[in-house]
This record gives sequence, structure tokens and C-alpha cells, in this order.
Amino acid sequence: MKNTIKFMIGLLAIGLVSCEPEFENAVTDEGFYDAGDADFSNYVSLGNSLTAGYADGALYRSGQEDSYPNIMAEQFGFVGGGDFTQPLTSDNLGGLLLGGQQILGNRLVLSADENGNPFPAPLAGTPTTDVTTSATGPFNNMGVPGAKSYHLVTPGYGSVAGVANGTANPWYARFATSESSTVLADAASLNPTFFSLWIGNNDILGYATSGGSGVDQTGNLDPSTYGGNDITDPNVFAAAYSAQVDALVAGGAKGVLLNIPDVTSIPYFTTVPPRSIPLDAATAGAVNAQFALYNGALGQLVAGGFISPEEAAIRAINFVEGVNYPIMTDVDLTDVTAILIGAGLDSETAALLGQLRQVKSDDLVVLTASSVLGTVPDPSNPLGIVGVSIPLTNQFVLTSTEQDRVATAGAAYNAIIEGLAAANELGYGDMKSALSEVAANGAFYNGGVLTSTYVTGGAFSLDGVHPSPRGYAFTANTIIDVINTTYNASIPKVDIGTYGTVTLHNN
Amino acid sequence: MKKVLLLTVLFLATAVTYAGGYRVSLQGNKALAMGHTGVAVINSSELVFFNPAGLVYLENKLSVSVGAHGVLADVSYQNSATGETAMTEAGVGTPFYAYVSYQANDWLAFGLGIYTPYGSTVAYEDDWAGSHLVNNIALQAIFVQPSVSIKLSDKFSVGGGPIYATGGVNFNKNLNRTLVDLDGNRSEVTLEQTGISNWGWTASAMLKASENLTVGANYRSEIVLSAEDGDATFENIPNSPLTPFSDTTFSADLPLPAELTMGLSYKHNDFLFAFDYNMTYWSAYESLAVVFGNDTPDSVLLRNYRDASTYRFGLQYEASESFTLRGGYYFDESPVQSGYFAPETPRNDSNGYTAGLTFKVGDRLEIDASFLYLQFDEVDASYDYFVEGSGGPAGLINQYSSFGGTYKSSVFVPGLGITYKL
Repeated sequence: MKNTIKFMIGLLAIGLVSCEPEFENAVTDEGFYDAGDADFSNYVSLGNSLTAGYADGALYRSGQEDSYPNIMAEQFGFVGGGDFTQPLTSDNLGGLLLGGQQILGNRLVLSADENGNPFPAPLAGTPTTDVTTSATGPFNNMGVPGAKSYHLVTPGYGSVAGVANGTANPWYARFATSESSTVLADAASLNPTFFSLWIGNNDILGYATSGGSGVDQTGNLDPSTYGGNDITDPNVFAAAYSAQVDALVAGGAKGVLLNIPDVTSIPYFTTVPPRSIPLDAATAGAVNAQFALYNGALGQLVAGGFISPEEAAIRAINFVEGVNYPIMTDVDLTDVTAILIGAGLDSETAALLGQLRQVKSDDLVVLTASSVLGTVPDPSNPLGIVGVSIPLTNQFVLTSTEQDRVATAGAAYNAIIEGLAAANELGYGDMKSALSEVAANGAFYNGGVLTSTYVTGGAFSLDGVHPSPRGYAFTANTIIDVINTTYNASIPKVDIGTYGTVTLHNN
Repeated sequence: MKKVLLLTVLFLATAVTYAGGYRVSLQGNKALAMGHTGVAVINSSELVFFNPAGLVYLENKLSVSVGAHGVLADVSYQNSATGETAMTEAGVGTPFYAYVSYQANDWLAFGLGIYTPYGSTVAYEDDWAGSHLVNNIALQAIFVQPSVSIKLSDKFSVGGGPIYATGGVNFNKNLNRTLVDLDGNRSEVTLEQTGISNWGWTASAMLKASENLTVGANYRSEIVLSAEDGDATFENIPNSPLTPFSDTTFSADLPLPAELTMGLSYKHNDFLFAFDYNMTYWSAYESLAVVFGNDTPDSVLLRNYRDASTYRFGLQYEASESFTLRGGYYFDESPVQSGYFAPETPRNDSNGYTAGLTFKVGDRLEIDASFLYLQFDEVDASYDYFVEGSGGPAGLINQYSSFGGTYKSSVFVPGLGITYKL
């Protein structure tokens, strides 16, 4: 009897100790995945909003946790990666305070009306992240929303005092190691063994999203004179970028350089169609009658040598039955306001017609135009309809001419990035091709297809510019592919279907 | 009395799957030690379960068998493409049984059995990689079976009886792979109902073909446990008319499939050899369809199980007056078809190795001990029919996603029981 009990207890003990099922080749075993020729023990990421994990028009905590560097760092954990710190914000609202005063708005969420029609809306609530009270860096993730290439090497870009007067960046001011430090110096002080650098997007993006409101500064080598929406001169870009690469590889670190995607393939530019004004035949005829004088004047302007016949053809207004191109102001047209005033027009009408044309099929109307198109801004004038009798202002349309400037600068930056990657034997991530592929054909994943369609496509957040968590996961996988190829590594990728897209919430 | 209550609660609270599907083949320590054979073994009142027709051949007026098993089951999961890993939280399940047989006269016997042939307790870490399929599940069913056994001739008997089944379920899963509330907490649902009951039956026959050869067959009917007005509790749901999930009732049918067993035993001196063949009619389990009481869209998890066989071999040796030694082996075929391997019942084919003994304490009391080691190969498998998009924006509806990887299970089951004969 006693022996039987002992026997049973013995069996039980054997069962308990040998119960855990073990794999022949466990993914947690050393050597299952291979770091190849790289050392991921101290990974530092540099960049702008994309690197920070910015989404839905704000930087918020859960978005930062799904930043592509953080996703990559988690996967680096399989090949000897170390801790990866981020300057996490204090909440999931995303707004930013400066000394208790809110200076930046909360994130967007997808709300729905009582009929279930969705629309993006700012999340309600008082943010708690304050520029002046946040933790001091440096952090492994040195992504700074809004930063352009030269900002990463500009002293004082993290000055709290400079935030108020517009010379410094509030996000960097949160965690800059000093008032005068640079993002690059802070990053280099971490002595990274591996880095990623994705900078330059904002050197063209601000110009693009503002509908070309800025200046193409190509030829101007002094970035201190640049405005926020300007295009950076490629030589300025090259100087800043090579300084960054030099500083990062100085300690022998390996890394990956990521090029600049075509900004015009993002939903911010592809959601509102160029043609958006529905008119019946009678209304189209009435509107055309209003513009008959203008169309007639164009012939006289050609005859007077003020504009070319080609420009006259571009400027001619013609509405038809069906969906029409809205009218717009194109600052690249000859400004004929003064001539029209001289011809006897009142100044208000002359200004309206001074650089007027209809949107063309190759123009891009920005996402924010959807809230003004077809509206009647002055209720006392029901005939004053935006797109029909009131032109879309410059900020709402990125014309084909402006697109060309963006593309030219972007191509110049990418040539510089690719050259520096080759010269320093670093990985080169062709993010431009990856994003173009998503925009053109979509990317298949386990459970769906990732596309650039606004809200439903899954790749982009509600601001139409920055990726969703799923888009960032796709980004991380794209970069891991490059790293694996460049450094003979075998870092596992993530299942992007397990990452969310837009957040549903009604305030 | 307090102790008994506590013990009962413990029994009710835990039962662990280890056989194909959620069938738990642990219905007697003597039988389990012999590879869970018994349809043609005249041994004890374990026959109430294995073959009630045989009760009439028992030598004692009264025979009682009571016992339990401690199930130590674990499942490891990994996905080499992503590096994700998971392991079920270790727990001890305790399936139990109690059988009584009574010889009314030389051609009639009665029996009563209480046993737990179905159950499943699997708990993963919340929000693990497969949390859209299951976070944790606890399924229990207790069968109560009065039986009658009638000897039609010296060699042939029949038996059977009604079965009253009562059970409960608690199932928690995330709604899908991505839905979260504003703060990033995963949206989840818990389905719970207890006290679900239904009736079934069993019928069997036994033929003593010769002095040494016995043949038996047993059939147990399907019993469908139908949850109705169970509690469906939703948590971490976004505040949005696009995700209309609110606490409600649910109904769902869970089939406890029919099982047919045929087998024989052959006695030679002090040795007894037994063979059982089980056919479990798992094809009854086509899907787990959950219908909610409000507007919440129904949830259908395809299962498409197939009928599955088990081949069991057992050997008994009466070593001495006091000791009887037993050993056995069985091959348990999984009812899960390729592409339907869900982590809530992550079972592939397995090989069961069993051993045990009976120690006689005097004339009336026997102590039965058994041990089972269930060996699983690691298996690369996936569940390919999860419907994406419930609650997401339009455009993601009706798209299947796959969840798979490598699974490895291990099961150890020590058991202890007593047999009392009068």
C-alpha cells in the first residue's frame, strides 16, 4: 500500500517535470534566427514623423508603440537586439501642451453618424503631454515629427524657448538633451551598433500638402531662410544627409538608409477626385454664361501678348452636364489682375479672374478640400459656391507643375541617398517603390490586401499622410527584408494583418 | 461533508482534453492501464461505461469502482515566420468516474455510472497571437447513466440505458485580430452557460464465444448540448455605431458525438489480451455557430471534423495473489482536418502508452493505479477559416485569414482509484 502510493507520487513527479512540450528547433533557441554581419544590440532610429510613429494627425502613445522602428526592434530581439526606448507621450489623445497651454490638436478618430456614415473627427479630451515636463533623452527612437533633413543637424532645434517663437520643434524639445543639442548629436551619443535613417520626406511634403504654397528653394543654399512649406535645395539636403551618415557610421555601426516615397501616391492627394462638381445641363449653361466674358477676354489677352495661346486654352472655363472640374487659382499662371482692372473690371472680380482656371485631370486636389468644395461660405450670397463661382485657393490643389517640382527634388534626394548607401556599404531601402506598389496594386497579406485607399485600404491613418499601424508594420517588414539581404541576416517579419488600421470612436 | 463538497467543486471545475477533439478517454483506471480497452473485458463495474451488457457476468453481488485522473496537459505553439510563441497555462484537470453494479439474479444486473467523457480546458495568455480564435475555454460534461444488463443465454448478453448529460461552457476570445478600444485594449467576448443538459442512450452486447474469448460491442448516442440564453459579455468595445457589440444572450449547439466500440479479449493462463476499436462520429461537429440575442452579427467558426478511429491494445498479467499488472498502447486518430486546426483543441494524431496495476487489500478492496503518456509529434498546422472584419470598416468583410504554426502537445495522466466488491 505504502509502496503503491510512493510509486504513484513518483509517477506524478515525473509527469510534472517532463510535462512542458519542447520543439526540436525552438524559435527561442540561440541561432534559430541569424543576425548575419550586423550587431543589433543597440539600435537607434533617426527620422521624422514616420520614424516617431506619428499617425492620425498626432503623436500618441499607442501609435508610437506601433512605430516601424519599435516593430523592428521587437523582431531584432530574436537576433540579439537590446532594449529600445522611445520618447513615449503621456496619453492616447495625441495633443501637445507647452507650459500647460495646448499648442497642437488631438488625434483623429473615425466617428459615425446615426446612419453609420463614417467621418474623421478630432478625439475629444484634454491632453497631458507637455513639452516642458517630459523625460529627457536621448532615446533609441530619435524620430522627430516635422523635421526636415537639415533640422537634424541644426543646433537649438530642441530649445523649449524656441518652440514659442517657431525656431524649434516641440516634439524634439520634449526630449532634447540640451537647449543647443542636435538630433544627430543626441543619436550619436548613444553609440549605436545599428541605425536606420529616414529623413527628407518633409523637405518636399510641406510644399506638396500645402498645394505648392511654399517656394522651390533649389539654388538657395541657406536653409535658415527657408519657410516651412518650401522645397529644400538638393545640395543642402546632400550636405545635411552625408553629415548624418558620417556621424552614424563613425563608430562602425551598420545601418539602413531609406529613400523618399512619391508623396503624391498617398491618400491625402488621391481621395478627392479632380472632378467633383455635379451640375445639370441648365445650371452648367448658366455658369458658363457667367464665364463667357472671361473666356472672351482670354482671346484679347493673347492678342495683346500678355499670355500665350496655350495658357489661354488652359484657362478657358467650360462646365458641362455631369461631374465637372472645379475652378481654382493657379499661382503659376500669369497674373492678369492688373490688366483686367486696367480694362475696366472692378478689382474684386479682377482678382477672382487673375489666375483662374479649372482643375485638370492631372492636378491633385488635397483631402482637406473635401470640406470646402461645393460649400457656400457666405450665406447671404447663395450663388457663391466654392468650385463653381469661388475658386479653390492655391493650398487645395497640387498642380501638375507643382508635382513636377516635388518629383524633381525627390529624385535628386533619392540619388544622394542611394549613392551614400553604396559608398558606405549600408542597406538601401527603396520605400518609394514599396509605397508605389501598395498604391498601384496593393500588397497581399494574410487576411487581405493592403492598399492606399483612404480609411478602407488599411495602409494609412486618418490624416491621409501617415501610415496606420498596419502600414507601419508593412514598412517594418520592407526594411527587415533589406536588412536580411544586405547583412545576410534572417530576422523574422511580422504578420501585418495583426496590426490595426483606423480607430473607431464617437466622442 | 465539507471535504466532499470541495472535492466535488474541484471535479466540476476542471476537465482537460487530451484525446482527439474534446473527448476525454479516462473512464476507468483498470481499463486505462490496458490502453483504455474494455468492451470485452469482464473485470469490474467499469463495465457500466465500457459495456453494460457485461455487468451480468461479474462475480460479485455488488461492485463499486471510483477513481480519478490527474491530467497534466500542455501545448506549445510557435511560428517560425514571425517568431511568435505561446504556451498554454499549466493546469491539472481531474476527470473522474464512479460505477456501481448490482446482481439482481443470475440473468439480470443493474448498474449506475457517473463519468466525464467530454471536456476541455485550454488557457493561453490573453491577447496571444491566436487570441482571435481562443484566449481560454473550459468545457465540462458529466454523464449519469443507469444501466440494465440481461443475460439472454449463457454466452450472450445485452445491456444499455439512458444517459443524462449535464455540462457547461466558458469561452473567451478576442473579436478579431485587431479591434481595440480607444486605449488599445483588445475587444473580446466571453460566452458562458452552465447547467446545459440533454438525454442520450447507450446499448451494448457481449458474447462469450468460448471459455477464453470474449467479444463485445457498445454504442453511445450523440448528445447535443444546446446552450440557450447563455451570457455573452463583450469587453473593450469601441464607442462607435460601427461596432454594435453589447452584452446579450447567445445560443449555440455543441455536439458530444456518438461512439461505437467493438473489441475482444482473449485469456491465456494468467494473461489477458484485449483489443478495442473506437469509431467516434466527429463529423457531427461541423461548426461552432454562435447566434446572439441582439443585432450582433452571428459568429460561425467552421470545424468540419471527420469521424475518427482509435485502435487500442491492452495486456493484463496476474502476477500474484495481490498484484495484477497491466500495460497498453493505443493510436488515437485526430478528427481535425487539414486547415481546421484550431488552438482551442490543438490535437493531432497521438500514441498513448499506458501502464498500471491493481493491488488487492484483502478480499474486497482493490487499489487501481494507472499512468498514461500520450505522445504527440510536433505538427505544422493552421486554421484557415477565420472571417476577418467583424466590426471593421466595410471592405474587410468575408476575407479569411489563416492562423498557424508549429504545435507540440504533451500529456501525462496519473490515475488512482479503488474497487470494492461484495
